[in-house]
Amino acid sequence: MKRFKWLLTGSLIFFMTGCTLYGYPPTSSGGSSSMSEASDIDSSTYGVGMDSDASMDAMADDSLSQELDTIIYFDFDRSELRLEYDDLITAHAARMNTNTLLTVRLEGHADERGSREYNIGLGERRAQTVRRMLLLNGVSPAQITTVSYGEERPFAYGSDEESYQQNRRVEINTVN
Amino acid sequence: MLHHKTFLFLLFAFLHTTVNAELTIRITQGVGKQTPIAVVPFGMSQNLRNAPINIAEIVTNDLMRSGRFAATPTENMLQKPTTGAEVDFDDWSILGVEAVVVGKITKIKNNSYNIQFQLFDIYKGVQLVGYRMPANKRTLRRSAHRIADMIYKELTGIRGVFDTKVAYVKSSVLDESRNYALIISDSDGENEQVILESKDPIMSPTWTPDSRQLAYVSFEGKASSIFMQNLRTGNRRKISELPGINGSPAFSPDGRKLVLTLGGADGNLDIHILDIASRKLKRMTYNRAIDTEATWSPDGKEIYFTSDRGGSPQIYKMAIHEDKAQRVTYEGNYNARPRLSPDGKKLALVHLYRGDYRIAIYDLNEKNLLILSSGAQDESPSFAPNSDTLIYATKIRSNGVLETVTADGLVRQRMAAKSGDIREPVWSPFLKL
Repeated sequence: MKRFKWLLTGSLIFFMTGCTLYGYPPTSSGGSSSMSEASDIDSSTYGVGMDSDASMDAMADDSLSQELDTIIYFDFDRSELRLEYDDLITAHAARMNTNTLLTVRLEGHADERGSREYNIGLGERRAQTVRRMLLLNGVSPAQITTVSYGEERPFAYGSDEESYQQNRRVEINTVN
Repeated sequence: MLHHKTFLFLLFAFLHTTVNAELTIRITQGVGKQTPIAVVPFGMSQNLRNAPINIAEIVTNDLMRSGRFAATPTENMLQKPTTGAEVDFDDWSILGVEAVVVGKITKIKNNSYNIQFQLFDIYKGVQLVGYRMPANKRTLRRSAHRIADMIYKELTGIRGVFDTKVAYVKSSVLDESRNYALIISDSDGENEQVILESKDPIMSPTWTPDSRQLAYVSFEGKASSIFMQNLRTGNRRKISELPGINGSPAFSPDGRKLVLTLGGADGNLDIHILDIASRKLKRMTYNRAIDTEATWSPDGKEIYFTSDRGGSPQIYKMAIHEDKAQRVTYEGNYNARPRLSPDGKKLALVHLYRGDYRIAIYDLNEKNLLILSSGAQDESPSFAPNSDTLIYATKIRSNGVLETVTADGLVRQRMAAKSGDIREPVWSPFLKL
């Protein structure tokens, strides 16, 4: 628990420092597929708006979100979180604990193999894994909703292993 | 000297019996007996300049598509009778034709027709079937399919499914954005009608037993919910929008209940039964596994569903009024998406076979598995209402297309190519007249 507090503080400091870099053009944060998928109506809610007239508070939230990756990938047929994502989860939790008005929608996905409704279940399991990790990190349940798209909204349309890996994912989409 | 088709049939039959001892039989497309039939172009009454539709062509295509008939090309026909009296049995005998269909369209008045047809057995020299039916422009096509059904039933003993519909989902890209559509068409792929269009995914269409409505899952509003839509009026209502997943709907045989999957806030997918009139929900499964893809037995007493409670997806069943599920499939690591044949004898499912997802039939009596398809991503099997044929989705070079296959695996056909990525076909019940 102590280590968690250090991680939390450390991450907070790191990202607070980032806030002074306002003036930087918004970075399109790694793998923000909600931007690349034209059909995702919510793309406008994700980290756009580096409006120079915005208040410092709003700036703090925006730049935090722009620093963070928002896609978490999973192994075939599994919903466990890879260790490499621990820090990312912690960082997202920190962001959401800092601003308790922030809500996210966790969108779970699966690759195309196997039947569709079962894959809805796989996507949901993955979204729930990320949700539980956020809750464990102190985030309030009211700040999180989940949805599973199963194999219905792939990021990549190939039938090869690389496409499959890109599709087994949870996307963290900021709602407000 | 064996006719080559007979030889192939015997060879296939031999292979079929020798591997019967094993649990899993792998079927490649074979050829059964094809009855030689001639469907003579229909005649027209004097007051018709052009035939409103080509009935003989629709009937011929239907019979050919079944894989059980070999139709005589029009140019080979020695005569073109339109009534029984004109049929010269010797002329047809010479061609090796076993059955002949003749008919006529008569225009009564504007938009009112009479269609008559007769089916003859050439060897016996007798009429087998003859009917006259009224039609208008709107029902002409359907009349042709009904004629094909009557011929099919008479010659094979199996009730035809040419006068049925298929619903499916199409995913396509327009102006760089992805669109989804729920579509119904005639069983031959003609007469496509768009039921719903959306920017968000549509899934799991399913017919009411009276074939008047479809229920489906829609992701409009950024969450999944289940709608029920009247096909004639287009009116629809949401019948399930609980928090979390709403999915996998299927109507009971009496149409009064809907089995569905709910995830709830904690995302634990379980099976529930909704009484449509009273809106009362009864929960059927309570475990932490993914329980989904439920379907009804034809007698309405049991549901079959997919569950990974054993570690990987398998098919389970449970009686409606009990709370214990029994496992049904034991072969292989992945069996999912069960659908029972309307005669209750067979279970169609998706089976993982050597790395490929295939359509298979599990015989509930013999308790053996027959693999019917040959693709790598085959899914969504659906029985025709005669239990004799199935339709399913497969991928050809990453594009979704539909195929049909007979339940014995002997005849597999690809449906005519359409634009877009087609998936989730579901065959209608027998249509009301």
